[in-house]
Amino acid sequence: MDLAVLWFWIVAFMFVGYFVLDGFDFGVGMSLPFLGRDDTDRRVLINTIGPVWDLNETWVIVAGASLFAAFPEWYATLFSGFYLALLVILLALIARGVSFEYRHQRPEAEWKRRFDLMIIVGSAVPALLWGVAFANIVQGVPLDADHNYIGTLFDLLNPYALLGGLTTLLLFFTHGVVFVALKTDGDIRRRARRLATRAGLATIVVAATFLVWTGFAHGTVWFWALAAVAALALIGSWLANARGAEGVAFGLMAATIGAAVFALFAALFPEVMPASNDPANSLTIENASSTPYTLTVMSWTALIFLPLILAYQGWTYWVFRKRVTRRQVDPAAVG
Amino acid sequence: MNDLLDPLLLARWQFGLTTVYHFLFVPITIGLATSAAVFQTAWVRTGKVEYLRITRFFGTIFLINFAMGVVTGIVQEFQFGMNWSEYSRFVGDVFGAPLALEGLLAFFLEATFIGLWIFGWNRLPQKVHLATIWATAIGTILSAYFIIAANAFMQNPVAYRMNAERGRAELTDIWELLTNPVALAAFPHTITASFMVSSGLIISAAAWHLARNQHLDTMRPALKFGLWGMVVWGALTTIFGDQLSLAMVATQPMKMAAAEATYDTVCGADASFSLFTLGTPDGSSELFSVRVPYLLSLLSTHSLDGCVEGINQLQAEYTELYGPGDYTPIIWVTYWAFRWMIGLGMLHVLVAVVGLWLTRGGRLPKQPWIWKAAVWSFPLSLGAMIVGWVFTEMGRQPWIVFKLLPTESAVSPNVTGLEVLISLVAFTLVYGALAVVEFRLIVRAVQKGPPEIEPDPESGEVEHVETVY
Ligand code: HDD
Ligand code: HEM
Ligand code: HEM
Repeated sequence: MDLAVLWFWIVAFMFVGYFVLDGFDFGVGMSLPFLGRDDTDRRVLINTIGPVWDLNETWVIVAGASLFAAFPEWYATLFSGFYLALLVILLALIARGVSFEYRHQRPEAEWKRRFDLMIIVGSAVPALLWGVAFANIVQGVPLDADHNYIGTLFDLLNPYALLGGLTTLLLFFTHGVVFVALKTDGDIRRRARRLATRAGLATIVVAATFLVWTGFAHGTVWFWALAAVAALALIGSWLANARGAEGVAFGLMAATIGAAVFALFAALFPEVMPASNDPANSLTIENASSTPYTLTVMSWTALIFLPLILAYQGWTYWVFRKRVTRRQVDPAAVG
Repeated sequence: MNDLLDPLLLARWQFGLTTVYHFLFVPITIGLATSAAVFQTAWVRTGKVEYLRITRFFGTIFLINFAMGVVTGIVQEFQFGMNWSEYSRFVGDVFGAPLALEGLLAFFLEATFIGLWIFGWNRLPQKVHLATIWATAIGTILSAYFIIAANAFMQNPVAYRMNAERGRAELTDIWELLTNPVALAAFPHTITASFMVSSGLIISAAAWHLARNQHLDTMRPALKFGLWGMVVWGALTTIFGDQLSLAMVATQPMKMAAAEATYDTVCGADASFSLFTLGTPDGSSELFSVRVPYLLSLLSTHSLDGCVEGINQLQAEYTELYGPGDYTPIIWVTYWAFRWMIGLGMLHVLVAVVGLWLTRGGRLPKQPWIWKAAVWSFPLSLGAMIVGWVFTEMGRQPWIVFKLLPTESAVSPNVTGLEVLISLVAFTLVYGALAVVEFRLIVRAVQKGPPEIEPDPESGEVEHVETVY
């Protein structure tokens, strides 16, 4: 296979890693106002992702760096084109990232409320905007002959893209709530399961609409196949959650997000940033990629290190496999 | 109004601001991760609970700081594309590789093992847990290597060929890129300087408690560790800095000329190093100056009769090679940044030497001002670090990639001045607010002192406090 095509799929894999892993972090963050009845609850929620949120977030850094190395033109066009949207994502990630570490540094309720708010907003904003960004990439944006984006911020906020944003927002929310059900115990676990049922229904409706719209506008055989997998996994996850099979529900939710992201890349293939104004200006795998030499170096590195990375990250999840309880975060609390 | 909204100027300010800010936290992270690993190793080896308490004390400070390094690092990763898209298109084939290697080899390692370290005290066997902090520390040092290798390409482009048709530089040899002589010289200098910064922080924290005659059992060894660390790392930083000077003169003679405000080529005794000069702000004429003959020649060429090329000669040479233009960086910035780097760093070493003398044989001085001075000496080497980078980066101007790409051709053509202004203001406000929060949290953590840990009287085992957020 052509190395540039291989790297197209490796980049897709990195974004899958990012959305599957940081996706549930966003969901847990957004669930604070719904599931966190008191400070102990909120701490239980935050501690379900405490040891892993940083490694999950690192996936986007590596995805960005891989994009830079393998498809410099794509990196340049995307990041300069979606300038203000990315700025907002960055500010949200900054606010969210420091909050996990700083929230517990002081006991005052006012202090904690402020950081809770930063976690909630800092999770919801990227969950929405990543969907908007990816929907716009698939749909195509106006590019000039030098591949520079020539639209405005408001061109990015079109109905299709907003639907994409709502889809990722709901998917990540449900994903996070299912994760909470898997990782906690007692009352909060029951409430998480109930919330996942209700949120799941809304997610199924919105995600199905988005995938069908994408399919009719840009669908390929591979897109439809992957979208079908995503749809089945999502429904399966909903059923598993209703039956209390939390592990299965979470696994299928991860499969849903993975298949949906791969489906979007399949809809894009072999372009990477289609130009909506003039197809001649489109960025493709071919005209956006690095030289075969650079791609060879990168391929060897990825081949050696990705399995190692997956192994030690998997081990981390294994070490922290136990459920988080109220008693554990606050020995004085009961239940 | 038009000037205010010049995207190039704003983008440069933004890059400078965000990178300087990121680099306030990076050296502390590198230094404290390694120090925590050393203290924890001492605990595992000797079983002395004081070392465990020191580990957890500095571990807390390290974590507060780490969070900032991470969130500001993401901005770094994205802004090459956001503000410097032409640069990204031009160098991506070369420069992207070390960034991706950094992510795959270093960032994943740090980010994963730090979680295991923070939350793993009771869940991992003692030796495995010790390994997690070493993995984190190694990750921070690896990441510094790759980013410096990327930066070194901008200072001294190697391992590339130009593709005129695509208008870009293309990588020809990854090994040559990673062993760029400038990277090999800058890496040890930056790492030892980072250890100076963390030693300085340890001195300040220990001094705060010793001044109050409290926590003597932990803070005495911590102070000693910091003081000796500062002296040893300071000496090494100087030696590596000298090596770096040679690499710099060989690759970017204009930077050395600008660092010395040497307008005309000088040789031998005339190649003197000015310790202090009063002159016009741009350094173009001199009113009063203290000079050490031969020193500049020694510094630049390691010989007494070496020559240092002057700004005027180099300017003429570059004009011939690259066409008309101004090829000199801002002289007063490079001149003073170079001196402040050396001066602040050496002053910190001096503080440590005096400290070692005053605390010889276990003495603890009584005068409060001595301790105050020790506590407040902390910003010295951090400041040296920052101005050192300002020197390196501004001394490269007007090039973003030396001799290949001028900074003005690197900026994103489609991003408006207003957009850059919005992001510059947003980052300044958010970073400013976070700086206050972070500083207060660190001061609080320092003042709280090391945690009490009582080993079981019979078995000598310690029960670790579970970390929960
Ligand atoms: C505690 C910090 C510290 C201290 C005490 C020193 N330096 Fe330094 N220096 C740095 C921290 C630093 C730095 C911030 O880490 C830099 C910026 C780029 C780099 O690689 O290291 C740097 C850059 C830097 C450069 C520029 C390299 C380039 O642009 O290519 C030179 C020539 C020196 N240093 C030389 C010295 C000498 C001769 C020193 C002592 C006598 C010295 N430095 C002390
Ligand atoms: C090692 C990785 C680094 C890389 C890849 C890097 C890259 C860059 C780039 C792309 C620019 C913008 C273009 C320009 O104005 O020339 C820049 C400028 C700048 N950087 Fe760095 N930089 C690095 C490290 C640092 C550090 C650690 C600092 C400070 C602590 C720093 C301080 C600055 C400053 C002050 C400028 C503005 C210079 C000017 O515009 O005149 N850089 N650097
Ligand atoms: C000499 C300059 C630099 C060094 C030595 C350095 C080193 C480091 C280190 C040690 C960390 C670990 C976290 C922390 O700081 O607390 C870090 C974080 C980070 N740095 Fe820098 N950095 C430098 C400049 C840059 C530049 C120019 C970039 C842009 C590409 C960058 C990108 C990042 C990113 C993305 C992170 C977050 C990684 C994580 O999740 O741990 N750094 N950097």
